[in-house]
Amino acid sequence: MKVFAKVALGAVVATGFAGVAAAGTLDDVRAKGHVQCGVSQGLPGFSNTDDKGNWTGIDVDLCRAVAAAVFGDASKVKFTPLSAKERFTALQSGEVDLLSRNTTWTMSRDTALGLNFAGVNYYDGQGFMVRKSLGVKSALELAGAAVCTNTGTTTELNVADYFRANKLEYKVVAFEKADEVVQAYDAGRCDVYTTDRSGLAAQRLKLTAPDEHMVLPEIISKEPLGPVVRQGDDQWFNVVKWTHYAMVNAEEMGITKANVDEMKASDDPSIKRVLGTEGEFGTAIGLSNDWAYNIIKQVGNYGEVYEATVGPNTPLGLARGSNALWSQGGLQYAPPIR
Amino acid sequence: MAARDDSRIDDDAPAKASLFYDPRFRSIVAQVVLLLLVVWGGYEIVRNTSANLEKQQIASGFGFLDRTAGFGIIQTLVDYTEESSYGRTFIVGLLNTILISALGILLATALGFVVGVARLSSNWVISRIALAYVEIMRNIPLLLHIFIWYFAVLRSLPQPRDEPITLIPGFAFLNVKGVFMPQLVSEPGFWMTATALGVALVLSMLVANWSRKRQEATGQQFPVGLTALGLIIALPAITFLATGRPASLEYPVFVETGPVLRRGFTQDVGINVIPEFISLLLALSTYTAAYIAEIVRAGIQAVNHGQTEASFSLGLRRGPTLRLVVIPQAMRVIIPPMTNQYLNLTKNSSLATAIAYPDLVSVFAGTTLNQTGQAVEIILMTMGVYLTLSISISIVMNWYNARIALVER
Repeated sequence: MKVFAKVALGAVVATGFAGVAAAGTLDDVRAKGHVQCGVSQGLPGFSNTDDKGNWTGIDVDLCRAVAAAVFGDASKVKFTPLSAKERFTALQSGEVDLLSRNTTWTMSRDTALGLNFAGVNYYDGQGFMVRKSLGVKSALELAGAAVCTNTGTTTELNVADYFRANKLEYKVVAFEKADEVVQAYDAGRCDVYTTDRSGLAAQRLKLTAPDEHMVLPEIISKEPLGPVVRQGDDQWFNVVKWTHYAMVNAEEMGITKANVDEMKASDDPSIKRVLGTEGEFGTAIGLSNDWAYNIIKQVGNYGEVYEATVGPNTPLGLARGSNALWSQGGLQYAPPIR
Repeated sequence: MAARDDSRIDDDAPAKASLFYDPRFRSIVAQVVLLLLVVWGGYEIVRNTSANLEKQQIASGFGFLDRTAGFGIIQTLVDYTEESSYGRTFIVGLLNTILISALGILLATALGFVVGVARLSSNWVISRIALAYVEIMRNIPLLLHIFIWYFAVLRSLPQPRDEPITLIPGFAFLNVKGVFMPQLVSEPGFWMTATALGVALVLSMLVANWSRKRQEATGQQFPVGLTALGLIIALPAITFLATGRPASLEYPVFVETGPVLRRGFTQDVGINVIPEFISLLLALSTYTAAYIAEIVRAGIQAVNHGQTEASFSLGLRRGPTLRLVVIPQAMRVIIPPMTNQYLNLTKNSSLATAIAYPDLVSVFAGTTLNQTGQAVEIILMTMGVYLTLSISISIVMNWYNARIALVER
């Protein structure tokens, strides 16, 4: 049976795997001339197309930063919108080089799926949204509720755990696409919509009357969201990991899109190391020495990207909270570049 | 001397053609080569896949089927909780697929026959309506049918806490959470009523058999339909009353006061048919019925008009002519393409994944695959299910086709 199983998969994905096995992802990406990046199908603030058809969002900017690091050109990236269900297969089979799609880092995904998580670009937790008219003040009052969610997400498992642990009855209505979840919730099919709190903030904008809905105070899980690569390619893993760290380090040192050129002349050795004027840190991960300079110049540091995509002044209005730098009481902490 | 004879025989024997030009030999070689190529191709695929899976450290094997699933499913025909195993999710998904396919086939066939016959009606309005139905239904993609039935209809239904639409007064109600109906709750002793129903069915079949034989022998007709109907209703009803009504209906409860979340129909009291099921069933059956209608129409038109005339001249009226002469002959033309439609409907039920109906593809090839990441095993099992379902339908339909085939004498 096992052998037969492999025959079937082979027929489907052999070609994809063969491509993966041949060379390192970085070389493949260079040969293609662009980074193929898997993103979500439309989650405002994370990855969404604006009215001009350009992809915007914090996940999208991470893809651009990787392109800036590899090619010195943030525009050399192509996006593949993926559903939660499709995303891992797309990455495993080599359809995308990098998955930057608000994906929760869990142990089973990290170990059994042949994936590596390259850091956390958004610390999140799962929450519940309900109609204000229900008069519910806490998730513990949700016994007997119909709950709308996405299939193939950690959300689906967390909600089951939460209701089970609190001995609450519930009915789950699970859709494959986030847009369908929103539609069904909006139509009144469910009493509760559950996903990561950032996702609730984003999807709420799509409801017919966003003001009639509220997010309950409970945070029922840890959802560290971050970029994912295939296991077994350390070089590419390093590129993605350090792209994120470079952005966080840049914010910590106060290097911004605007002042990065002046900063190049700085005497501070730690800034010089980031911007490639001292040391060989870029070449050590197979890139040019000005890799981090290109990221900051073209995309910005972590804080800038946060403010522009999901921060308090965007429609999502998410406070920095856990995503503040460690020095500001948050969790964003990058190992030093030295 | 002997040696000379031998050589003479050799001389007389036809010149042996070169092996290369021997058609038998060539055919064997070609087949062996093809077989080797197939085996080699298969071996390469297995080797390549397992090597790559191992290299990427992706888990394999069927051990995951025993692990706890941990997610909820909205409609389950067997007992299922979040603590059940992934193997159980497979069963749940499989049964949901079979349920929607079986009901879809029944509905589509019934509707298809009506529309197909109506299409040939001498009443202009009826035949035009049937034509419009066929053209509209089959020119819209099935996925759109599902979305229309689901999202468009869902939006227009009453909210869960508002006054529901009454489908059958006091019996069936409809709101955005689906249809609510009473559930039959059996008490000890109900098995006798169920047995009575079984006995009535068997008796009806015996009566039908006896009546057919009698008609063949004597020409006398017997009201089989009425007798069977009487048996099937009366026998269980009498048993039910005689055993002291060992069953009751559990009516859905509509709560109008109390906390807002508690209002509306109480969960798990009575039967709740979820809107995902209803919309998928309606979409599948109305869409497939359009194709079946065309098959039925073509089948009826394939029967020579002389058959109808002959039957009229024997004194048969329109109804019996259609039922006894035309349809049985049309069936031979109808069955093979109909099998195709049944297979399509079964496979199309996997579009359930577009809405939240928990069929096999959505629950097993969807959620379970995503949680475990074992694409090879899960896709293989799913393909195996559809293959088995398709072959089973084909076997049943072929058996039926053989049974009604024209017997040449």
